[in-house]
Amino acid sequence: MNDASAPALTVEASARPAAGSSVARLVPLLALVAVVLVIAGLAELAPTVVQRRITQGLINLVAVVGLYVFVGNSGVLSFGNVAFMAIGAYVSALLTMPATAKSVFLPDLPAWLASAEWPAIGGALAGGLAASLVAVVAGYPLMRLSGISASIATFAILVVSNVVLGNWTLVTGGQNSLMGLPIYVGVWAAAGWAVVAIAVAFVHQESRSGLLLRASREDEVAAAASGVHIVSHRLLAFVVSAFLSGIAGVLLAHFLGTVRVETFYLDLTFLIIAMLVIGGMRSLTGAVAGAVVIALLTELLRQAEVGVTIGGTLVAAPGGLGDAVLALLMLLMILFRPNGLAGGREIQWPLHRPQR
Amino acid sequence: MSGELVQTLVDAVSVGGLYALTALGIGMIFGVMRLINFAHAQLIMAAGYAVLVFVGQSVILAIVGALAAAVVLALAIERAAFRPLRSADPAMLLIASFAVSFFLEKAMIMIVGSRPKGADFLPGLARQIELASIRLQLLQLVTIAVCLVLLVATTWFLKSTRLGLEMRAAAENFRMAEVLGIRANRVIAAAFAISAVLAGTVALLSVAQTGVVQPRMGLQLVIIAFVGTVIGGLGSLPGSALGGFLVGAVTILLQALLPPDLRVFREAFLFIAVAAVLVFRPQGLIPAPGLRERI
Repeated sequence: MNDASAPALTVEASARPAAGSSVARLVPLLALVAVVLVIAGLAELAPTVVQRRITQGLINLVAVVGLYVFVGNSGVLSFGNVAFMAIGAYVSALLTMPATAKSVFLPDLPAWLASAEWPAIGGALAGGLAASLVAVVAGYPLMRLSGISASIATFAILVVSNVVLGNWTLVTGGQNSLMGLPIYVGVWAAAGWAVVAIAVAFVHQESRSGLLLRASREDEVAAAASGVHIVSHRLLAFVVSAFLSGIAGVLLAHFLGTVRVETFYLDLTFLIIAMLVIGGMRSLTGAVAGAVVIALLTELLRQAEVGVTIGGTLVAAPGGLGDAVLALLMLLMILFRPNGLAGGREIQWPLHRPQR
Repeated sequence: MSGELVQTLVDAVSVGGLYALTALGIGMIFGVMRLINFAHAQLIMAAGYAVLVFVGQSVILAIVGALAAAVVLALAIERAAFRPLRSADPAMLLIASFAVSFFLEKAMIMIVGSRPKGADFLPGLARQIELASIRLQLLQLVTIAVCLVLLVATTWFLKSTRLGLEMRAAAENFRMAEVLGIRANRVIAAAFAISAVLAGTVALLSVAQTGVVQPRMGLQLVIIAFVGTVIGGLGSLPGSALGGFLVGAVTILLQALLPPDLRVFREAFLFIAVAAVLVFRPQGLIPAPGLRERI
């Protein structure tokens, strides 16, 4: 699909293998899915504690890929995606919690909600769709702003969701945690959704709308002058991105078994953005790489904070070291390798040489 | 006019003033280098901790120390993080400042812990005074006065000094200003210093108000002030100040006017109002000249 109306695309298109080798075009998708499946397969062999860490890492991967769909393709940073995670988490929690648990934590729920005991998959999809719906409503005014203003304005989504979920005691329990959610997310559920997220992100970025959006990322003025209606493509990406972020929130909720509003605020926002930036926000490979590398690094730093016993004395790094190192790493990455680990490229078949 | 109404208005104006100073500090940096400076929150934090350190000795020392701490930190992050990125696009600068901000906050938590600490700074200002049978807090009047003085001083600086003129030229078209012989490093450093003085003042006023210092102080203020700069018109200094003032003042008015069970949602109402403004004026209330990308 060589679109004559978007000249910025031809560069990207010609870097791809020649027409006809549609399998080669799918290499990034297949490779990334394989990575996820290998990680999940290895987790089978690991002890339970490590399995839990890997599950958590895969959930983060879904969140990073969700953020990537909007940020990577549009070039506009979003601080609002953690709000979509929160919405997904709460919607799914409310729909799937056993009625007995709801009567304890949320005695004043409307009857239809109090008695709802949806199956897990229904709750998950409802969570993702609710996040998408909010993205449509909030995105309409925001996507009309210029790039940098839009980024800042996405903060409004985060703050509003935090205020509403944290104080709407009738439905969300306010500052209290909701407990007793069905815990169904293990390695394979997380891996399954990670594959879905990667596939959705890949299809979106290869679609006409995704390619036009990437053209506007490269040169907003030229894309607009070529007839690309940037606002609508941004909005579509924002909605898809919100769906995947919502799913990530659902997974997190049903992995932990509890939902707290303070989980979904600045620290999680920072973590997800740091993963995307360090991995490289201009390619899907970068998003996945960032999630994997930072998961490993965080684990090492966590060990450092716990400390090691050397000759009877405990040597431990001060608490908070992990976050400080992550922030520093993100800054160094921006200074010295602004396109992240992946350098803006997708993973390719090792023998394949793109013709330039 | 009833006393309660006057109290609410004074409250709204003083909080609005605080947000206006914050938004102006952010707008200043955005003007010269298209950088949304998240680390503005940590300038406020640094000044807050300086107050904590010096308040035992003397009030003057605490004030000078707070402003100096903010200025030194601002110049340091400009030199270390933002100068190498000067030619980067605004999205990259935004991410960089996000990283700087988080790094400073987490480093501070690592050093002093995350617990708030009490700082007894100018306790005399918290007392109530009676003006024509209306009870007001002295600190609110001081806040309003300080904000007015700083807004006037900043305006005077930008309009009537050579450096201010250079800064406005740089804000309008940085490359052209550079070509015409304006020294970029000097102008940008000056913008950071002024922004830091504004942040330091906000810290002084807010420590006097709340009496506590903590690593996260300033963050909420800065995030809301960001939104203020966007509705005011990103890149326009009067717009930043106006937008900041409006978000601060409207928050207080919502707090006073909303029915009690809806008060906790005041930020939600505020941002819905913001979204409504942006639907009709995507460029902000006072659009900046020359912000549109040039080809």
